[in-house]
Amino acid sequence: MGFLLETMFGGLMAGMLYALVALGFVLIFKASGVFNFAQGAMVLFSALAMARFAEWIPHWLHLDSALLANVLAFGAAGMAMVGIAWAVERFALRGLVNQPPIALLMATLGIGYFIDGAGQLLFGDATYKIDVGLPKEPLILFENVFDGGLLLNKEDLVSALIAAILVAAMATFFQVTRTGRALRAVADDHQAALSVGIPLSRMWVIVWSLGGLVALVAGVIWGSKLGVQFSISQVALKAFPVVILGGLTSVPGAIVGGLLIGVGETLSEVYVGPFFGGGIANWFAYVLALVFLLARPQGLFGDRIIDRV
Amino acid sequence: MLYRENGHFKTSYRADLALFPVREDRIAMLALLAAAFTVVPWLAGDYLLRAVLIPFVILSLAAIGLNLLVGYCGQISLGTGAFMAVGAYAAYNLQVRIEGMPLIVALLGGGLCATAVGVLFGLPSLRIRGLYLAVSTLAAQFFIDWFVNRVHWVTHDSSSGSVSVPPLTVLGVVLDTPGRRYLLCLAIVTAFALAARNLVRGAIGREWMAIRDMDIAAEVIGIQPMHAKLTAFAASSFIVGVAGALWGFIHLGAWEPAAFGLDRSLELLFMIIIGGLGSIAGSFFGAAFVVILPLLLNDVPRLLGLPLSTAVSSHLEHMVFGALIVFFLVVEPHGLARLWATGRQKLRLWPFPH
Repeated sequence: MGFLLETMFGGLMAGMLYALVALGFVLIFKASGVFNFAQGAMVLFSALAMARFAEWIPHWLHLDSALLANVLAFGAAGMAMVGIAWAVERFALRGLVNQPPIALLMATLGIGYFIDGAGQLLFGDATYKIDVGLPKEPLILFENVFDGGLLLNKEDLVSALIAAILVAAMATFFQVTRTGRALRAVADDHQAALSVGIPLSRMWVIVWSLGGLVALVAGVIWGSKLGVQFSISQVALKAFPVVILGGLTSVPGAIVGGLLIGVGETLSEVYVGPFFGGGIANWFAYVLALVFLLARPQGLFGDRIIDRV
Repeated sequence: MLYRENGHFKTSYRADLALFPVREDRIAMLALLAAAFTVVPWLAGDYLLRAVLIPFVILSLAAIGLNLLVGYCGQISLGTGAFMAVGAYAAYNLQVRIEGMPLIVALLGGGLCATAVGVLFGLPSLRIRGLYLAVSTLAAQFFIDWFVNRVHWVTHDSSSGSVSVPPLTVLGVVLDTPGRRYLLCLAIVTAFALAARNLVRGAIGREWMAIRDMDIAAEVIGIQPMHAKLTAFAASSFIVGVAGALWGFIHLGAWEPAAFGLDRSLELLFMIIIGGLGSIAGSFFGAAFVVILPLLLNDVPRLLGLPLSTAVSSHLEHMVFGALIVFFLVVEPHGLARLWATGRQKLRLWPFPH
């Protein structure tokens, strides 16, 4: 029982990271109708930026405080993501208004290549560490309930908390602020939003920046857990089944989908994997999402697909 | 003036339905084929054949296959690499396990296996649409990647998971020079390109296009979505499977599962989008673009005399490649085939202004 719970907890943690990446996808898809293949590259870029700025800034400014350096590095990486968002809108999206979704998807693949190359060119392509001072020591819970208790990681708990705060902040932003309302309007109907005077291109920059910031948070959490290297951009591949399982247009869908996929993947690897010779985590999520979509083609919380002839 | 469509009076239905209705097109196509079959292998050196022409020809074939599915039937697939892998491994097993199996039969058998797998993974398309379907096809990619890695029967129990093919012969001719290999690929590609062009102008191709343009409306006028979508998946994966078998047998010779990974699928999708969706000629343009561009990008720093390390130049190559893709999509979202069509339009009047 303890082992099962521990496994599930590990799955939830992985799922939370998928959910964060998926959240970036959903934000961008909702507001600009673009299926953003570059999200993985954005996670890699932001994590690299964070890791390297945290290394460089103390040198440049002769700082001693690690906390201040990390805050500054986070700010700098955030600025870089906003810059990317601006460039994406200015040079790619603006020229591709009204193109079919597949052309936009291809464009984001191109953007992904570019960001991958640029990130590694600017920040180097070795493995880097991010140390934002997350507690590393393990935590043992419920010792009196199970034998040996539950072995959990404090770092995971803190990152889960950060993710939850981020999602809550995002939800508040969308519900309460003027910009958030404009973003929801754009997500609902581009033309109608334009006709009531919402500046579409500025909204796109904002939402791509938000996507970039979510990518940054995901990158920092992932990077402080496992180090920053090229393989981070592959996390995005795990986020694809999450978004289609949850529904391409639903923020709660991304969260629930991420957690479901994370838990399902870990449990299947541990309990089903041995029968198939292991390594099934790579495709399990996709098959799970596929089977689920057969029953509900729009995903868990996606908008109903209505066909008009 | 020289190139024009008027003045060709068609007096029979056959003439009206010809594959290339304009006489100049027919002549140009024959000349192109003749040059490709005779002059090119004679002029091109071994390096050019091996590194450029053979990959170009084989990837064009795969792009044609994918274009049938994506460009004509509108079902986006991100699992093409997996269908290529099925074709390659099936052909390999046919060749290795059955004594005296002719190469052509093995290649086509690879294609048939890919067809079966393609139809299987095409079944969800009856229910799932659009981007949801695109992502679901990734399931095929990852499942087959895993399958060929884990199931040792597929790789004939080779310890490293890589396989290599025995010497190849076709009709008693040993394929030992790049020239001969190129000719075999070219012959197969020509046959399939003509077949594909023939397919898309017929009843079945029109069904696919109706489904692509609006599937509900197509259903209303009496097209069975199941028939249309599954035939599209079948035809597409057959061609892609043969291309995969050729890629493994002729181009690589020995390969690992990674040769048919997700990157390959995305690369093929690039080709048909840059070349032009729903165009057979576009598949060739796109393949040429994707094969030649990285080679050029590789050479540019050397020609400019810039001393770049391999890592830096590979990152730069990524950046330029990505930027060019975005640039092309912004400038000409309908692909190189549209440029070609525009050029032909201009040619009708040339050399007169009006």
